[in-house]
Amino acid sequence: MEKWSRLRNSNLFQAWLVLLLSLVFGMSLASVEIALKPRIQANKIKETMEKIPGVVLGSDRAQAMQTAGEALDIEPMTVEAGGTFYRVYRTAFDDNTLAGFVVKASAQGYADKIELLVGFDAHVKRITGVFVLDQKETPGLGNKIVEEQWLDQFEGRSLSSPLVVVKTRAEKDHEIDAVSGATISSRCVTGIVNQTVEDLRNKLMVKKQQESNAANEKGGNGHG
Amino acid sequence: MADQPTALERFVQGILPENPVYRQLLGLCPTLAVTNNMVSAVTMACSVAFVLLCANVVISLIRNLLKPHLRIVIFTLTIATFVTIADRVLAAYLYQMSKALGPYIPLIIVNCLIICRCEVCASRQSVVTAASDAIGQSIGFGLALASIAAVREILGTGMFFNIQVLPVAWPDWVIMVLPPGAFLTLGLLLGLVNFVEQKRAGRKG
Repeated sequence: MEKWSRLRNSNLFQAWLVLLLSLVFGMSLASVEIALKPRIQANKIKETMEKIPGVVLGSDRAQAMQTAGEALDIEPMTVEAGGTFYRVYRTAFDDNTLAGFVVKASAQGYADKIELLVGFDAHVKRITGVFVLDQKETPGLGNKIVEEQWLDQFEGRSLSSPLVVVKTRAEKDHEIDAVSGATISSRCVTGIVNQTVEDLRNKLMVKKQQESNAANEKGGNGHG
Repeated sequence: MADQPTALERFVQGILPENPVYRQLLGLCPTLAVTNNMVSAVTMACSVAFVLLCANVVISLIRNLLKPHLRIVIFTLTIATFVTIADRVLAAYLYQMSKALGPYIPLIIVNCLIICRCEVCASRQSVVTAASDAIGQSIGFGLALASIAAVREILGTGMFFNIQVLPVAWPDWVIMVLPPGAFLTLGLLLGLVNFVEQKRAGRKG
């Protein structure tokens, strides 16, 4: 009898409802996740595919192509570099000439993982654009990294030197203006871009070279 | 329990007499943050309504099992579960909206409005009363968000639900869609609601 009342008064016993509810809620969340995950992932892939032309061509040209009824040919592949596996999308025009590469890259931001699309031009010399696929930075400050106005800075930057975030007005070629009040988030995005460039620059260069060699061999007689 | 309000009273109270935003000043984080356009305000109001209704019903069902010192844990657990479900459902079916609202959907977990209703109503009254309380409060919350969002979107962009309503020549008051606009609008509307309420009370007395 005394044992029973001791058990009844123990912390664990008192928390039975908490434990039971955790179990029930945990299971229902797991089933929601299983049921909805394919759909959420499909949404993400769809968004990536929609954004790729804008990242690689700039939004104006991508818009123009879309209204003309043309579309880039997007071919996904996986490239290993520096120990990480990157999802790389090779984009090409209708006649199979290379338009550029788009790389999906991610790393820790200020609050949570930031996921980016980074575009490279067909010569692998410049960045064509950056788009933020996913972020959970501080509302009102860090989340301004998704704004086009800020991301447009990356367009046309040379790959030759790493980009640096500055708090005062950016003047040099490799300087990026920080989002005011969100230097860390800005540095995270720029850091991901730099890392991607460092890891993939040579690999993409090789790919591009291979392609142009193959094209020269095929059409060599005609174009010389 | 004779002095507890009935289901109908709870429902009516939520809409204006005890409006969560204008009378109780609860749930102000989303009120200020996502009211720069109607679409996100309505999405937020619907998500809160879903979470509030589910949490109120569940808490009311288990109200006799609650231990006083563990009740807050259980409220939070229940609310967090339904918020996560709402978040996933939005990501699956309204992906762009879910991206636009970003962290504000997960932040519903800390919306005091919901935990307040669990404490005040659901943990003491029957399921029917708790449900009608949730619906009343949700309508009140939705109306509050919609009224602020309407002012901000119309003055800030000349649009309403993304449809142009003011002449294109309207000089968009950009400040209205920025954070200061939220405070200005909330303050002015709050003053207006209190003014009207006072007038009404004065007439009655």
